This record gives sequence, structure tokens and C-alpha cells, in this order.
Amino acid sequence: MAPSHPMIEVTDLTTHYGSRKILNTISLTVNKGEIMVIMGGSGSGKSTLLRHLIGLEHPSGGSITLLGQNIARMTEQDMTQFYRKLGVAFQSGALLSSMTVGENIMLPLREHTKLDQKTMEIMVRLKLEVVNLAGFEDLMPSELSGGMLKRAAFARAVIMDPVLLFCDEPSAGLDPVVASALDELILRLREALDMTIVVVTHELESAFRIADRITVLDKGDILTIGSVEEVRASDNKRIQDLLNRNFEEEILNPDEYLARLTGETEEMLSYV
Amino acid sequence: MEHHIREEQGYHIASLTGEIDLETSPQARKILLDTVDHCEKILIDMASVTYLDSSGIATLVEAFQRAKKNGKHMAFIYLSPAVLRVLSLARLDKVFAIHADIESAIHAEP
Repeated sequence: MAPSHPMIEVTDLTTHYGSRKILNTISLTVNKGEIMVIMGGSGSGKSTLLRHLIGLEHPSGGSITLLGQNIARMTEQDMTQFYRKLGVAFQSGALLSSMTVGENIMLPLREHTKLDQKTMEIMVRLKLEVVNLAGFEDLMPSELSGGMLKRAAFARAVIMDPVLLFCDEPSAGLDPVVASALDELILRLREALDMTIVVVTHELESAFRIADRITVLDKGDILTIGSVEEVRASDNKRIQDLLNRNFEEEILNPDEYLARLTGETEEMLSYV
Repeated sequence: MEHHIREEQGYHIASLTGEIDLETSPQARKILLDTVDHCEKILIDMASVTYLDSSGIATLVEAFQRAKKNGKHMAFIYLSPAVLRVLSLARLDKVFAIHADIESAIHAEP
């Protein structure tokens, strides 16, 4: 077995919104070439964790090390250089509607490199080939379907050949066939571009298709980190709820529920 | 990025060295396009290329296409397994003329 080479190390990551703890001493490692899926229901903290990993939010405690560098200790200039090694495919696609698909994908190259126009154009077409959108560079984003927009967003996320790719809910809102094609694309990107990939999703089937390992979050805590087989075999009640697609369904505690409805929870009282 | 051009058996052989990436691709582009514009039979010696990113691939694509359009002969030789893999994943191993060494490149010329 090849020795593990950590690309991401999260240690005791804790974050609060007001008095509410969103992430509770989270620790995990993602190794080179691995696809790590972070999954959980609404309010599990998975999107917050992603925002911390890409530096959009700063934790209340703990540390995040990407490619051997503690991101909290980096200067703004270091971060600018560092971000060239990261790609992010946002849930919405986030393409600019006033630009063609090709111009959108080329944007990071224009901002961060001094490459010739011709080189950039060929790079865009190479990436469009990878995401199966060859010949779509001159279309406007409004002319693409939901699945195509996501693929174009992937092309933009990988235009600089990042070593780390972060994907936020790649298959959300897509029909099963298109979602499955997106999963295939993530696997192909890892193979073609030799990347380490973190995917945040609540889609169980997608997670099982693409993950080398899965981190299951629940209310800011890690329930488990393991292979697909290990997660499937877990006897943890909440994980089994997830596998049975009951993850969103909270076990009702009548007292807590009543307190929440009346606004008399401890957390709310602490604001008074 | 260093380069060296030599003549051998009627071929201009351009040797590239190091990484061809976002920083060095503009320089590699100039070397390759100049070579294509001034030479008829060109071999690109990739033996010392340690890394090729998308900008490097794009540079090779542009040079190869320009050579082809202008009726020049261009082939790539001494590719490392890593560089060959990168080109294969972009399916360019089916597009570029790629040979193990100088002799087989010369022997294979149409």
C-alpha cells in the first residue's frame, strides 16, 4: 500500500456563530489523490467546514493545514499565490452571465497569469473536452442546461490545474442521470489531472459512487470517517438513519422542541 | 526554463528542460514557435521535461498545429512516462507524432 501523503490536515477545528457551536473539535486528514466526501444533513456543519477549508471563514479554534501550510499563518500575498493551487466548484456554478462560457473559464488565467491569448484559448478548449462540453465556449451561460452549467463550473475550477479541488453539492438539483454523469466527471478529473478532491454533498448515492472515504457530520460533530464499506457497516444509529434516508428527520425531544418553538432555548436565552 | 537546439541528420532538435507550467509556458511557446517558423524538420527532445501542465500542453498543441499547417515535420521524442501519461489523458498521444528516440523518429518520417 502506498504511503499516505496528507494534503489537508484539520485539527480540532471549532467554530461558533454567537453562542451556537457549529463545528465541534473536528479533526480529519485528506491524503494525496484521495476523494473525500463530507456528508450530513442540513445543519450538520458540512458547508461551514467547506468554507473554512477554502479560507472563506476563520475558525474559533483549531487549525487547518493545506499542502503543509497552516492557512491561519499565511499573509494575504501568500494566500493569493496559494489560491492558484486550489479549485472550487460552487453549488450554483457561479458563472458570470455577461460573459461567454469560454470567457468565464478563462477568467482565472487572465487574473493570475501572463499567458498568451492563444495558449489560454487552447487551455479552455482542453478543459471543455475533459468536461464533455467541447465546442460550447462561445455560448452564454443562459444557453446551458443545469448539468452543463455545473460541468462548465468544473472546467473553470480546474483551469489552473489545481492540486486540490473542492466541490460544493455537485449533484444537487440535478436529475439522477445528470447527477451520475457529474460523478463520473469527478472521477475522471481526479484521474486526468491527478488531483485530491473534497466533495460536500447530502446525496447518498453520489457519495458512495465517488468516495474513497466519507466523513459523516452531524450537528457539528464527526460521526465517523471511513471507507464506503465501513460507513455502510456502521452500527451508529444516526449513520443508519442517513443510510435509510432519514437523516433530515430529527428524533423529537418534546421538551427541546417546545423550548425551541417558544424561543426559550438556552442558546437564545444567552442573547438576552 | 533552459533549452538547446542542435542539428543532427538534417533535423533541428530542440531540447526543453525542467517544468513547462504557468510560469514557463510563455518562454517555451516562443522557443517552439520560433523553431517551427525557421526550421523544416523538427524534433522536440522532451527527455529533461520534468512536468507538463495544461499551459504546457496548450503550448505543444499550438506549435504542432502551426508546423502541420505550414507543411513542416514535427515530432516529440524521449518522453518520460509521466509526460506521456499527461498527453495520453488529453488524448494527444493519438494526435502528436511521438517516438522513442531520434532514430525511430527519422525512420518513421513519411
